[in-house]
Amino acid sequence: MRNEMEIIFDALSDNEGFARVAVAAFITHLNPTMEEMADIKTAVSEAVTNSIIHGYENLCGYGRPGGQDEGSACEKANPGKVKLRCVLEKNILHIEVTDSGKGIEDVERAMEPLYTTKPELERSGMGFAFMEAFMDELEVESAPGQGTTVRMIKKIGVGGWIEHQC
Amino acid sequence: MEQVTTGDFQVIDNCLLIQLPEEIDHHGAGFICECADRYLVREEVRDVVFDFGRTRFMDSSGIGIIMGRYRKISCFGGKVYAIHVDRQIERIFRLSGLNKIVEVLES
Repeated sequence: MRNEMEIIFDALSDNEGFARVAVAAFITHLNPTMEEMADIKTAVSEAVTNSIIHGYENLCGYGRPGGQDEGSACEKANPGKVKLRCVLEKNILHIEVTDSGKGIEDVERAMEPLYTTKPELERSGMGFAFMEAFMDELEVESAPGQGTTVRMIKKIGVGGWIEHQC
Repeated sequence: MEQVTTGDFQVIDNCLLIQLPEEIDHHGAGFICECADRYLVREEVRDVVFDFGRTRFMDSSGIGIIMGRYRKISCFGGKVYAIHVDRQIERIFRLSGLNKIVEVLES
């Protein structure tokens, strides 16, 4: 069975939750374990957050949803879209997160754990490390000014089998 | 729907207890950091306890919140504790090396 979905949304932090919940809903019928579900949601959250705050440098709404200064901060948001595409082939989930933001100069460096270009945001620099750990495969395609595409693959439904074997 | 960014803050003796929200991501992280820091400055807080009892989701932003608070209080001899930590959050702690600076208390 093959199933595919694609959503395009504004690069705003408000959409981080929406993106991971959408992917979670897309795969529910495969009965993933709670752990698989959490892994996928975390990986999607990392990739989408990266696009928003690094790709488009949209720090708008950063921590202040519903705050008094939300309006003024959000008006300064850089326009930009994040594309989230998921393909299910049997029980293999392919996730693609694409932005047309500023791109990454040194992908290898960016993927190093604890490396961050925005230490002032108190981010941990663990985004790519988490994607790598929680998914089976991770591929990052990017160039300065060309945007970034993150591709991830995860096989769903192996958790139960492993638990059974142990 | 529950507001994702509301965390509850409480100071007991010289310990700041932070009740974390259901979902911890970048969207709500800044708010938690700011509120926590306000307490750290205003009250004489030495230790910080993060309560994950309500939390169902956390990504690497949660690591940033804890590391940031740890940096601020550790130079004054303060410690960071975590309670009500489920399996998934414990995995994230281990993966990020956070288990070396945070003491997980069984509750």
